[in-house]
Amino acid sequence: MSLSPARFLLVLLGLAAALAPLWVLESFHLFQLTMAVIMALAVLGLNIVTGYNGQISLGHGAFFAIGAYVTSILMAQADWSFYATLPFAAAICGMVGYAVGLPALRLGGLYLALVTFSLAVAVPQLLKHKALEAWTGGVQGLFLMKPDPPRWLTSVLPLNADQYMYLNVLIVSGICFLLAWNLIRGRIGRALMATRDHPTAAEAMGMDIAALKTGAFAVSAMITGIAGALSAVAVEFVAPDSFTFLLSITFFVGMVVGGVASILGSLFGGLFVLFVPNIAESISRAAPGVIYGMILIIFLFVLPEGFAGLVRRILTRLTSRRN
Amino acid sequence: MPLLEVRDIVVRFGGVTAVAGVSFDVAEGQICGLIGPNGAGKTTLFNVISGIYRPNEGSVRFDGHITTNEPRHRMAPLGLGRTFQNLALFKSMTVRENILAGAHSAGRAGFLANALRLPHARAEDRAARQRAAELLALLQLEAVADLPVIDLPFGTQKRVEMARALISRPKLLLLDEPAGGLNHGEVDELATLFQHVRQSFKLGILLVEHHMSLVMRVSDKVVALDFGKKIADGTPDEVRSSPEVIRAYLGDGHGDAAHAA
Ligand SMILES: Nc1ncnc2c1ncn2[C@@H]1O[C@H](COP(=O)(O)OP(=O)(O)OP(=O)(O)O)[C@@H](O)[C@H]1O
Ligand SMILES: [Mg+2]
Repeated sequence: MSLSPARFLLVLLGLAAALAPLWVLESFHLFQLTMAVIMALAVLGLNIVTGYNGQISLGHGAFFAIGAYVTSILMAQADWSFYATLPFAAAICGMVGYAVGLPALRLGGLYLALVTFSLAVAVPQLLKHKALEAWTGGVQGLFLMKPDPPRWLTSVLPLNADQYMYLNVLIVSGICFLLAWNLIRGRIGRALMATRDHPTAAEAMGMDIAALKTGAFAVSAMITGIAGALSAVAVEFVAPDSFTFLLSITFFVGMVVGGVASILGSLFGGLFVLFVPNIAESISRAAPGVIYGMILIIFLFVLPEGFAGLVRRILTRLTSRRN
Repeated sequence: MPLLEVRDIVVRFGGVTAVAGVSFDVAEGQICGLIGPNGAGKTTLFNVISGIYRPNEGSVRFDGHITTNEPRHRMAPLGLGRTFQNLALFKSMTVRENILAGAHSAGRAGFLANALRLPHARAEDRAARQRAAELLALLQLEAVADLPVIDLPFGTQKRVEMARALISRPKLLLLDEPAGGLNHGEVDELATLFQHVRQSFKLGILLVEHHMSLVMRVSDKVVALDFGKKIADGTPDEVRSSPEVIRAYLGDGHGDAAHAA
């Protein structure tokens, strides 16, 4: 990829905007932003399978939970370092995602939504189960510690643990977004969308729908699972009740609000689902849910294609003016 | 050995026999017209050849392989390309992306290679984009290349489908009513295009078309169907003067063949 000067400038600006909060925000707000980026990553995962590949999942909270628990168990019970746990969390979520993708081949649309829904409902109960209690800590959950920044880093850049966590989340998420971007722009991304748009024509182009759909599920679960792993460390605690069915719906809302089948939209969706409920709460302490619902309805009424649709419209306006 | 051998194909839908024992061959580099009144079974036969339907009886051999039981997605890599009668484009994509999607079978790079943009994935992508640019020029789609395909007129969308099928360099191209919705001048251009494509892509074409003068002009041989049965098979002249063909078309109230004859 050759970087034009304009694009290079855009990348620099993006980097600056991403790093500035390290020094601008105090601890609590930096933590919130950290969680928003994590939500964005989870939404990105959902977008791969539901947005780009058209397989509706109402159960991505389950992959988030599994990722969170794999990292927590390895860190709390086996003393692993945070970074060492990530590949394991990703691999296990990828395998579970693949396994869920298999029955998904036979179930279309709403049935698949129901199957994934039941997964989201089942996982928190499994996590509480007696048989797993020795690892998962049962209802009590597990406590863990944010990693401290290594000395070589603090000698150059004085960071506290919160700032270091934000930086880690930024790096891991940044890499995932970049890889997803590459995937979507290439041969496989086109095939995922083609399969969603017209399966018969996709097969006539030589696309192996079964392989694509299960692959999409695996990648999607992997990304959302990594987000879960990050969240466990950022929060320094996991418990079954952190991963209710509502979490899956939150990801879904983030995807729709940000823009179905949009990488950039996933980022916006993550910010939205984290900050807008807070805004709603500041407007009405008595009924924040009502306010949140109203903001959501107004937003989707004004921007039916989500945030990404707005960006797309502005871009087409700009390019058509140039021509 | 012919490129395509269709043998005794029977397809039934419940009580309806859509194709009732049809056999014919298409040779390498040949343009073969497939004609017949509405409901004769042409599209059904296309769907059998391209692996979308499994026939109740009979077999298809393509380029030396028995393909009757191949999975659908194995047909494109074997060298079979097709278009659809009622357009089957990828509606969320631009013209260029649709054509690039057609290059899928020419590529190998999987999830990991794409995500990491490994050298072979990039090389594949570059080659596909190069061929897409050539096809955009050949089919006069350059002006609309980066527009959403869904906003374009029917005739243009048909050309996009043809480009999407051609980009994988098929050995045999199945075209289901490519002249549908075109005016007279455009049909003439299409005839020229077929000759050009056959020459430069070195492929055979199996052409379903109601536009009889087009079929008779470009085809090396013509197969005629009626009620799922083959009623004629030969040069355009032979088929045009076949009494069965004339009867099928007159009986159908379709004047075109009689007119062409
Ligand atoms: N999926 C299907 N289910 C049931 N019947 C079908 C199906 N597809 C085709 N048929 C029937 O099979 C017969 C042949 O249809 P087909 O579409 O192959 O004809 P065709 O020659 O392509 O006609 P046209 O020129 O109108 O496109 C028709 O009687 C049609 O109603
Ligand atoms: Mg037809």
